[in-house]
Amino acid sequence: MAKVTKLKRPEMSTKDNIYLIGIAKGAFITLKHAFTTVFGKTRGADSLGSSGTGVTMQYPEQKWDDELPEYYRGAPALVTDEQDRERCVSCQLCEFICPPKAIKITPDEISSDDPWAKVEKRPKTFDIDMIRCIYCGLCEEVCPEQAIYLRKDYAITGTSREEMVHNKERLYEIGGKRVGLVNKWNELK
Amino acid sequence: MDISFLYPLIETVAKVLFFTFGLVLPLVAYSTYAERKLSAIIQDRVGPNRVGIPLTLLGFKKDIPLFGLIQPIADGVKGLLKEDFTPTYVRKFFFWIAPALTAIPAFLTLAVIPFGSQITIPFIDYTVNLTIADLNVGPLFVFAIASLSVYGITFAGWASNNKYSFFGGVRSCAQMISYEIALGLSLIPVLMFFGELNLGSIVEQQAHGGWTLLPLWNESGFILSEAYWSHQDAFLNWFMLIPLGIAFIVFTVSIFAETNRMPFDLPECETELVGGYHTEYSSMKFALFFIGEYTAMIVGSAIIITLFLGGWSLGFGLDRLLLWDHELGAWKSYAGIVHLGCFMTKIVAFVLFFILIRWTVPRFRYDQLMRLGWVVFFELALINIFIAAIILMWNTDGFTTVPKIISIISLSVFSFLMIWLAKSINTKRGSHSMPQS
Repeated sequence: MAKVTKLKRPEMSTKDNIYLIGIAKGAFITLKHAFTTVFGKTRGADSLGSSGTGVTMQYPEQKWDDELPEYYRGAPALVTDEQDRERCVSCQLCEFICPPKAIKITPDEISSDDPWAKVEKRPKTFDIDMIRCIYCGLCEEVCPEQAIYLRKDYAITGTSREEMVHNKERLYEIGGKRVGLVNKWNELK
Repeated sequence: MDISFLYPLIETVAKVLFFTFGLVLPLVAYSTYAERKLSAIIQDRVGPNRVGIPLTLLGFKKDIPLFGLIQPIADGVKGLLKEDFTPTYVRKFFFWIAPALTAIPAFLTLAVIPFGSQITIPFIDYTVNLTIADLNVGPLFVFAIASLSVYGITFAGWASNNKYSFFGGVRSCAQMISYEIALGLSLIPVLMFFGELNLGSIVEQQAHGGWTLLPLWNESGFILSEAYWSHQDAFLNWFMLIPLGIAFIVFTVSIFAETNRMPFDLPECETELVGGYHTEYSSMKFALFFIGEYTAMIVGSAIIITLFLGGWSLGFGLDRLLLWDHELGAWKSYAGIVHLGCFMTKIVAFVLFFILIRWTVPRFRYDQLMRLGWVVFFELALINIFIAAIILMWNTDGFTTVPKIISIISLSVFSFLMIWLAKSINTKRGSHSMPQS
């Protein structure tokens, strides 16, 4: 059984009942805030590097790009390795797991006379519809070849639906080069 | 050809056009900007700061932001260009007439406000009085017309055929009618003190004899000089500060309630009523409600300034410098322009005060609002009339001791009765209507 405590409303003194003093005090506080904002000295002006009006940053002029955390999930993009070879083997796992079905891949076979014939497949086309993408990062999680990463680009804009579909060139342009061990280029395996 | 017989007509038309479209409408537009900007900086935000001169439309690389000063024009254009949607279930006639009924009374009351003293136009030597209509019933005209705007809000709420809008309309109707009583009664001491209902003459009296709430000078000189205290009304002015101060507070708070401003904006309180009486309105009809509200605010502050804070007068004896003839009391030809500037400065300051109070004081509960109007202000205004009458009586020759003593006794009995009444209503209501939360 929960214990019920009955609280009594605090009695108001005559001074409280007149209100005018309270209103004057309140007006003083609001005015203080107004003046600190006008002079750009609000909380967060220095510590957060804001514009000085509160914690607000003036977006196109001021950006938070330097402070973006390592795990920031921006636009998904394809990456190449240190020798500019594409890592994607067109396994289509990302296409299958993508919750909003934003990814569309057409696989292409690598012919047997190619020195890297053992890789077997590569993507012919690789489209990500950025209108559908929800930046969940599941494609990055599921990729066995570490070929797709979520980069820090967040301002993805376009004036038409076609412009908002990132094709393979665009994805490699955003993704760039990613250095590190990837299984499929390991000859011992 | 001599067209001097047309001058009064031209003068009136010019004054109507200039004061409404040249002064008050831009002021309304920029008080919405001031509202947004001031609320922003009070809450440590930025506020409108982007809309400026749109040079990008002309092919330039960048706009000139100008601290967002063009924002009101953008808002106006938006209001005109948006779809004017009328729901099918509304009462069309009242739905259409309601926005006009809120805006028109507010503009009509501008007619009696003295914006300045006089301007003499050179070459034709024609003196223009800077009041649209120099009526001898100024404050009464304002009350009579301003109370019409309650119809607009009530019609809007009722015609919307929507229970939340209806609540807003009913609330506003009750609130405005209640506070009109306090509004009218609180002014009586002021009118008794001036013995005048013409707003222009009231201001002229204040210009020479000290502002109602700041009697630091009179016709004879400044407060520290010998001449000031030898003036016959010097002591009266200071004693009258008691009833006039009370009248000022009651009147100002009632104006807040009458214009549906915070902390009394229950008709449009968003948390309870979605948006109040204008929920169903869009585009320019919606904007008309806002124009009406802000015009009422400007008119209200103009009345407060005219009656209590010296109207267009510069104050501190500076008005004497603008007198052309001390004996006749005639103003110099350019005096009106100086006074107009002074009046507008005061209005802007008061509008900023309105906005500051809005973002300082939280909203009242509805029963608190009604209790403040009916129990506190109504009684206070009545007692105030008595106090003012007694002070004026002591200042008048020809009264013997007996009526003076009788008046004081009746004042104390009356105040006791009123306070007792107020207390009894308060406790009776308080015992079973306190909210459980």
